Amino acid sequence: MPMTTDSTPYSGKNLPAGSPNPPDRPVPVAGESLGREAWRRLKQNKAAMASLWLLMAITLACLVGPYLLPWGLAEVDWNAFNVPPTLEGDHYLGTDANGRDLLARTLHGGRVSLSVALVATLVSLVIGVLYGAIAGYLGGRTDNLMMRFVDIMYSLPFMFLVILLMVVFGRNILLIYAAIGAVEWLDMARIVRGQTLALKRREFVEAAHALGVSDRAIVMRHMIPNAIGPVIVYVTLTVPKVILLESFLSFLGLGVQEPLTSWGVLISEGSDMMESAPWMLLVPSVFLALTLFCLNFLGDGLRDALDPRTR
Amino acid sequence: MLTYTLKRLLMAIPTLWIVITLSFFLMRIAPGGPFDGERKLPPEIEANLMAAYHLDESLPMQYLRYMGNLLQGDFGPSFKYKDFSVTELIAQGFPVSLELGFWAILLALLIGLPLGVIAAIRRNSAVDYAVMGTALAGIAVPNFVIAPILALVFGVLLAWLPAGGWNGGAWQNMVLPVIALAIQQIAYLARMMRASMIEVLGSHFIRTARAKGLSETKVILHHALRPALLPVLSYLGPAIAGIITGSVVIEQIFGIPGIGRYFVQAALNRDYTLVMGTVVFYGALIVLLNLVVDLLYSALDPQIRYDD
Repeated sequence: MPMTTDSTPYSGKNLPAGSPNPPDRPVPVAGESLGREAWRRLKQNKAAMASLWLLMAITLACLVGPYLLPWGLAEVDWNAFNVPPTLEGDHYLGTDANGRDLLARTLHGGRVSLSVALVATLVSLVIGVLYGAIAGYLGGRTDNLMMRFVDIMYSLPFMFLVILLMVVFGRNILLIYAAIGAVEWLDMARIVRGQTLALKRREFVEAAHALGVSDRAIVMRHMIPNAIGPVIVYVTLTVPKVILLESFLSFLGLGVQEPLTSWGVLISEGSDMMESAPWMLLVPSVFLALTLFCLNFLGDGLRDALDPRTR
Repeated sequence: MLTYTLKRLLMAIPTLWIVITLSFFLMRIAPGGPFDGERKLPPEIEANLMAAYHLDESLPMQYLRYMGNLLQGDFGPSFKYKDFSVTELIAQGFPVSLELGFWAILLALLIGLPLGVIAAIRRNSAVDYAVMGTALAGIAVPNFVIAPILALVFGVLLAWLPAGGWNGGAWQNMVLPVIALAIQQIAYLARMMRASMIEVLGSHFIRTARAKGLSETKVILHHALRPALLPVLSYLGPAIAGIITGSVVIEQIFGIPGIGRYFVQAALNRDYTLVMGTVVFYGALIVLLNLVVDLLYSALDPQIRYDD
């Protein structure tokens, strides 16, 4: 593995005293890979693991749920307008003023919110990693220029430019993906650049150079695997930001359009109906808040697991 | 220090220029015009309108005209609020938004920082977990969820405070929107303050201070607080930007006549000049406030010297 040179072999340091070899946790041998070790440390973090499971459950529910429900996204039940959540009948979480099943709408909305999160984060990841790695690896004047540009971009009031974009080009989901992704890459670029700069001067990279390894191979086999920790952490922290941004836009009436819906749209509809039908606000809010909560917990857990300083 | 200030001011110019230019051209390539109404206007009238607003000129000409007017503080006329210029609308809305934002920032600092310090001192205790759990909840629950719930509970169900409106800035009308705006920043500030305090408390000079036999209160207030505040201070820029952005929804939810509300209305109405005016205005504001925060930061941190 490329990182054996710099990662201290696991020595059982963080095992509780008095239990030299607990049966349920075998002491790993030296040379465990960074990913493996991080995963093991993450598994010890109960909050992060619970969040991971809950996130998977929510994602699965949004993916599969709509097929299992008796009601579709825009299907109107003419016998049930504004029904509160109930276990009798089949509107488990109630209906809205148009007789549409709230659970079905929330799950469909979740698909949109999560897909925005995924795609926009991916866009920001690709731009940010490439930009940061190039700037860091080339260094010198190019690096200086590229980072100046990032500085200028940082001070742009992006939220407003995104709103402007939505006004001008209409509410298109592809545009939302791209716009949010284009907003969020700056931090990523900075992180990756910092990592690349630090790694460039490390002994194992120098050694690889001395052995005649090509630039490409050094970047692929040595730089990226070593820079990936902070990137993963940052990705988990970007996802909730993106979800929030999308719901913010949707709340203002600038997000996805009917018949599509998202958690932000549902919350916006719900807050208009709050006094007569509070469940319309609460149901999508709970889904959104739970997802954001879990993502934050997971991000914190991953940071602890991947941070070499806490080892 | 002076060179640095000048340098930063110079840096702000291209940033502002990008904001202005980007928003100008985005607006111009927008499909549909400001005069597309329910009724189609007769062509002569539309032509007259276009001429009155200089929309019949070539694009570079319009751009130069806009830039020229902007330099004189003139954002042009609003397309939807007839008889009002964008400058007038901003001048009307900004004091309201400013007041709201000011109290929100103050509240966030006054609550967030002490909470973070307490959590750091009582690290891994029940207090710490309670504060950090609440903070995480404050981050996870967006303000456009908190605001309607606050309005429902305290405005409608308990009827302690007005659920909306501004009423000329009466304090009763301000309480709920200020809280709704501040909550997220309280949460962020508390988390950052805790992390930074923990780091400082682990450093050598704190150990020395303790070894000298100073009381814990003295160690924290005299030695740990200032260095711990510094990284948090650098977050003030984003915090202010967050409050400004947040005020857009909050003003909308509580029906407060600030710039944020004008902005949303204008965005939905395609009132191009007003949208652009607000974007440029907010852009300048955020750039300037960031500058102020950075200068403040450098003034407080002895390790930072901007001599170059």
